[in-house]
Amino acid sequence: MDSKQILDREFLEIRSRILDVASSLDRIQRADSDVSNDPRMQKLTEALQIVLTDDPHRAEKIQMLFSRQYDEHWKDQFSLPSTN
Amino acid sequence: MYYIDPHLHMVSRTTDDYETLARMGCVAISEPAFWAGYDRGTVDGFRDYFHQLTDVEPKRAAQFGIKHFTWLCINAKEAENVSLSREVLAMIPEFLDCDNVLGIGEIGLNKNTPNEATVFQEHVQLAVDHHQQILIHTPHLADKYQGTRMILDMLGDHSGIDRSRVLVDHVEEHTVKAVLDAGFWAGMTLYPVTKCTPARAVDIIEMVGAERLCVNSAGDWGPSKPTAVPDLVMEMRRRGHAESLIKKIVYDNPREFFSQSKKFELRNPADRVGFDT
Ligand SMILES: [Zn+2]
Repeated sequence: MDSKQILDREFLEIRSRILDVASSLDRIQRADSDVSNDPRMQKLTEALQIVLTDDPHRAEKIQMLFSRQYDEHWKDQFSLPSTN
Repeated sequence: MYYIDPHLHMVSRTTDDYETLARMGCVAISEPAFWAGYDRGTVDGFRDYFHQLTDVEPKRAAQFGIKHFTWLCINAKEAENVSLSREVLAMIPEFLDCDNVLGIGEIGLNKNTPNEATVFQEHVQLAVDHHQQILIHTPHLADKYQGTRMILDMLGDHSGIDRSRVLVDHVEEHTVKAVLDAGFWAGMTLYPVTKCTPARAVDIIEMVGAERLCVNSAGDWGPSKPTAVPDLVMEMRRRGHAESLIKKIVYDNPREFFSQSKKFELRNPADRVGFDT
């Protein structure tokens, strides 16, 4: 499939998903209390910024944004028995 | 198309699901031991569960011409209880000679804790000692990347591991390359909420290729879809992929991985007579 064919196939679905995101954010804003300082809201904003880039690995970048950090020296804190 | 679902928890599915799977072309299932939705209190609870996996489910599957294989362990969630885990580890060899046992699994991490890591390493040692294949569960959502890297570190520390006999499951966009580059097999799980969709799984196949990559539904007692693999087949066809590539992903690859266990026997579906598996 070329990019035009993919766009033909997926345009309505993408449009619908963007509307889902927009209406969810509207719903949060309409409700009582304020979550604008909730770190999850900041993550969502950052994720949307990644969507708007032309990076060819947006999905992977967004996965990393929502991931806990990996520390390669993690074993130092775990005191695991040594293996063969 | 004939296919194999390499990760499906049939103990929590109905007999009707077996029939639907058979109608859709499923010829074999492998069922890793997992969390039952509650923590079991005793080693005998696990002994009964392993009886279900090695005796009850193969018979239920056979009624529909599906060959049932399994993997044994105490899952990462219950591995937080190290003393119970050690009792289960000591009991597992009672079942390793059963006809449908392919290896140790699904072991792994859940919240990436020291206890989970300890029990993971002890399972790996059990598998190595008994020359068993290994099926690995990686954590979900925010814990996945960290947990997958920790698992790869622990596997890398162990000199007795044949990487071609280990499958690391539930890989996604951010973990698939690390697993494949390290020489392991990788599994993608199609699961409605917390994991991967068929469309994203096909994207991953297009980006990393089809070598050492399998796809499964991980159907269980949660909101899951045991027929998700046929959904992936349809998505690949819609995108114009060759039948040979689709077959590689849903049939040839799991068959090749499982065939490293001497327990794995599966008649070529084209040579079958009736429900003879
Ligand atoms: Zn599972």
